Amino acid sequence: MTTQTTHRTPAGAAYAILDIAREQVLERGKGLNEAQLVEILQLPDEAIPAAMQLAHEVRLKHCGEDVEVEGIISIKTGGCPEDCHFCSQSGLFDSPVRGVWLDIPELVKAAKETAATGATEFCIVAAVRGPDIKLMNQIKFAIDRINEEVEINIACSLGMLNQRQVDQLAEWGVHRYNHNLETARSYFPEVVTTHSYEERLDTCNMVKAAGMELCCGALIGMGETLEQRAELAAQLAALEPHEVPLNFLNPRPGTPLENQGIMDGKDALRAIAAFRLAMPRTVLRYAGGRELTLGDLGTREGLLGGINAVIVGNYLTTLGRPATADLNLLVELNMPIKELQKTL
Amino acid sequence: MTAIGAMQAEYCGHCGGTVAGALFEDVVEDVVEDGTVIGGGTVRKGTNGERPTSHPHSTSDSHQGCQQRLAMEPPRYCAQCRRRMKVQVTPLGWSAECSRHGRVSR
Ligand code: SF4
Ligand SMILES: [Zn+2]
Ligand SMILES: [Zn+2]
Repeated sequence: MTTQTTHRTPAGAAYAILDIAREQVLERGKGLNEAQLVEILQLPDEAIPAAMQLAHEVRLKHCGEDVEVEGIISIKTGGCPEDCHFCSQSGLFDSPVRGVWLDIPELVKAAKETAATGATEFCIVAAVRGPDIKLMNQIKFAIDRINEEVEINIACSLGMLNQRQVDQLAEWGVHRYNHNLETARSYFPEVVTTHSYEERLDTCNMVKAAGMELCCGALIGMGETLEQRAELAAQLAALEPHEVPLNFLNPRPGTPLENQGIMDGKDALRAIAAFRLAMPRTVLRYAGGRELTLGDLGTREGLLGGINAVIVGNYLTTLGRPATADLNLLVELNMPIKELQKTL
Repeated sequence: MTAIGAMQAEYCGHCGGTVAGALFEDVVEDVVEDGTVIGGGTVRKGTNGERPTSHPHSTSDSHQGCQQRLAMEPPRYCAQCRRRMKVQVTPLGWSAECSRHGRVSR
């Protein structure tokens, strides 16, 4: 496993990169490049508040004050044939997660509950390499039932797609599709061996070309170096996704990464600032692992440091903060929940 | 094809290990349904709190760490028979079902 770079930029140089970022990202709206992002990720502890403040200003100027709230749900859990080393849903590891399908009435009920929180996004996820006909039929049925009963945007995350499946999902009104890069291209083979980075990129590009919004996320804290973390942020920026969910590794029992330590909270804050400074206009969503890495205070720090979207409530196999905790925090911070706009 | 020995044990919902005070009268073997091992493992008679060999990530303490984890994730093992449960997580709740002992939810 690659060791983490611990080098930290001296304080004077640290403030130089923040001055550059202020002019380049805040004023001109141009994201930092990979080398500049490494400098952000190497900031000394005392420069973190200034970096978070700048990232917050960038978010307010280029995205606005709204926060996008989303709920996610697994329609098919576990038993995945892929070997993503962080994932408890791979059928190749000795994970305690059992394969199970969620039935459609339960899915519709969950969509209703999610909408009642004020969330505008409901993402249906399946642990698969890519969808087969059975899953596509289930998804079509689920979308129709949800649209009959619930006012919410529907997103999907069903693994790698072929062109026909991309076209079908777009036609059925899926407004956003999630497919993560997860990690830097240079680190990807350490984390996944059953498919390639290029295959992931292919799906991302097809989704964009079909007119769906691309949600393309990162999972950090898997043993990548700071340079690789910067590489990932730059590779995501080049894809220009509508949304980037930022996950922090929650080491899962039975997976190859189960003994990877929990990421340092200060490194997580540096990463949040860096991702915002790489992508000034992208929806940057707090996703899995924030509770473990940053504790209860982390949500506030993130929302005041570049984050402008949250996953409300639980994740796919683990539990999140109570929905009310995040919603009350948004009220306290005077950050309105983004309103529903059916885009398709 | 259940192969649970007679016992009055209770198991940790997080790691499937035995909890302190558990009593064994027999060895617990793999629990198999539809040709798939869904739980179990080998636990020696009378080894309270000892990790089951099929779950090396479990702890040999009194599962305090597991209890903390259970605040952040649903249980995966039935507390009564250590079968792996079918767990469904939704944004605002979860349920976990043992084929023998029923469903728990929150
Ligand atoms: S493809 Fe998705 S569900 Fe399958 S192992 Fe990888 S991350 Fe897990
Ligand atoms: Zn335990
Ligand atoms: Zn049971």
